[in-house]
Amino acid sequence: MKSDSRKFLKGGLGQLAIPIIAVALLVIFNLIRDPGFFSITITHNNYGNAVLAGNLISIINGASELAILAIGMTLVTAATKGQDISVGAAAAIAGSVFVKVLKSGSTINGGTVLLAFLCSCLVAMLFGAFNGSLVAFFKIQPMIATLILYTCGRSIAYWINGGATPTVTSQILSSIGSFAPGIPIPMPVIIVIVVTILFKLLFHFTSLELLTQSVGINQDAAKLNGINTTFIKLLSFILLGACVSVAGCIGVCRLGLINHETLLLDVEMDAILAVAIGGNSLGGGKFKISGSIIGAYVIQMLTITLYAMKVSSTDVKAYKAIVIVLLVVIGSPVVKEKFRKLLQKRNSQKKEASAA
Amino acid sequence: MRRFSKVLSMVMVLAMVLSLCACGASSGGSTGGSAGGTITVGVVNNPPSESGYREANVKDMEAVFSKENGYELKAFYSLKNDEQLQAAQGFITEGVDYLLISAAETTGWDEVLQSAKEAGIKVYLFDRMIDVDESLYEAAVVSDMAKEGETAVNWLLDQKLSEYNVIHIQGAMGSDAQIGRTGALDAQFAAGTMNKVVQQTATWDEAEAKKIVESVINSGEKFNVIYAENDGMAKGAVAALDEAGITHGVDGDVVVMGFDCNKWALRELLAGSWNYDGQCSPFQAQIISDLIKSGKAPSSKVIINEEKGFDAKTLTQGDIDTYGLGE
Repeated sequence: MKSDSRKFLKGGLGQLAIPIIAVALLVIFNLIRDPGFFSITITHNNYGNAVLAGNLISIINGASELAILAIGMTLVTAATKGQDISVGAAAAIAGSVFVKVLKSGSTINGGTVLLAFLCSCLVAMLFGAFNGSLVAFFKIQPMIATLILYTCGRSIAYWINGGATPTVTSQILSSIGSFAPGIPIPMPVIIVIVVTILFKLLFHFTSLELLTQSVGINQDAAKLNGINTTFIKLLSFILLGACVSVAGCIGVCRLGLINHETLLLDVEMDAILAVAIGGNSLGGGKFKISGSIIGAYVIQMLTITLYAMKVSSTDVKAYKAIVIVLLVVIGSPVVKEKFRKLLQKRNSQKKEASAA
Repeated sequence: MRRFSKVLSMVMVLAMVLSLCACGASSGGSTGGSAGGTITVGVVNNPPSESGYREANVKDMEAVFSKENGYELKAFYSLKNDEQLQAAQGFITEGVDYLLISAAETTGWDEVLQSAKEAGIKVYLFDRMIDVDESLYEAAVVSDMAKEGETAVNWLLDQKLSEYNVIHIQGAMGSDAQIGRTGALDAQFAAGTMNKVVQQTATWDEAEAKKIVESVINSGEKFNVIYAENDGMAKGAVAALDEAGITHGVDGDVVVMGFDCNKWALRELLAGSWNYDGQCSPFQAQIISDLIKSGKAPSSKVIINEEKGFDAKTLTQGDIDTYGLGE
């Protein structure tokens, strides 16, 4: 039991302890507040499909874009010891390209949607490569490097389509952004699962995870061991670009329109937070994408909880900040170390008592 | 490194000087005054990328003050007040006949308008008021944001619903549009004629609007009106209704109201999936042009631009073509 608790703090689950505790606290809080909060019902949506509904579905569904971005952000954080603050703006660009390609064709079918997604993915990866090369080749601080795209990204998104809110309507798009016929689970949730599996496979079949961690932990040592640190950093930004494109396209599909000013607005901060809540060090090195994904759900659960409590949405950010400060402080190395020492002391006292 | 930054700064200084020269050259080359019977109009406006409203506003200006109508249009777009001030001063130096201004900020315009007056240039304000003495401008053609909200709420009252349980989704708090569109509805909440189910700001964010409506649906509370302060948020709200299988629009369970009158939103009305769309009219150019051509001083300094509101039951394709914003 003792060794378990110590392992809980130090070992495998150690990193996931904070996000899991956060989820547990939010769940308990909500169950006390409203026992039916997490109840799931089956309803028929306006297109006649049987779909799942309820707060839990809203949380998991609503956090999809954030979860996908958090995966990419984790890689960038681990490899470059910095964060990309341009993901929201880049997603607006990716979404705009997606809409542009869809609108340039006469009809929207499976093929054109795939083509549009590939184009948007390519563009987002190019912008990722731009950010990445600033960081990897020119050794600019990631936040400063990505500040450029953060500032101009939404203007670029505007240039692509011109109009303020171009719309695209198609059954296929609403299937991607909401529910596909015959599947009661929201499509964005399935996309998150697919993306997660793809990344797990990538880590399984390549040594990318190990290489990224070694670059993040000690760049010089990694270099001496023959790792191309520049390439690893660049690659992390390009992979984030792919995530950005997926998130942007989901955002467009949800509503059938692109608003370059509001698509995934302020998501960059939430994505960084998700990484932090997930127990990943923002100073790079070891990482767990599962932590970041749980972090994304924590943030979304917090938002939905506050909405359900009818907290005014102008105040939501302030309340969110309070909870997040607590989480981050509890998860900080200083507090963890204090906590570990406290446990150690108690254990040794117990040992002495039993010895006596 | 130091030498490099020195070179860089010199290059930048040179670039600035050159660009100044370029500006001077272009303004020197323009025809001063109303040579050849055309009326020169200088327009200082916010950039079309600001919003669908501004895009329509800019297009309207370009259409009305065209060569065919006997105008020469010079336009400058910026979101920054100081850049707008400089541009206005530039237009005065060039010697335009009329100066049309939609200012980024309400303050700081006294001096520029004074020098326009001295140069004999008539100034019209459009869309936005400026804090200056009335004598410095001919007239201001503006929207009454409060009236826009009242028009919408009066329409809602005319629907004679047995009860009004309203989900109110607000725009960015403190913006003119939000204040105008919220005011009239707040009065109804206060008077007790309508019941406020929830009042939240989504800061013009469609996805946020969807989340707000979702949380109300999940809580199981009853509602029968969605009053969203722009089209995008109304679309987000409707997406939540669709997922939950709640009918909306004409003959639906929930009345859906939006604002701005984007063409795509009006098409939703025409299809009967929404009920109402209100508009803060971006079309001031014709009114100003009529004033200029009449040659008479306007009867009132403040001219309120007529606001429109469309009902799904009476909307026609013609309305969409005439009044719809965007594509």
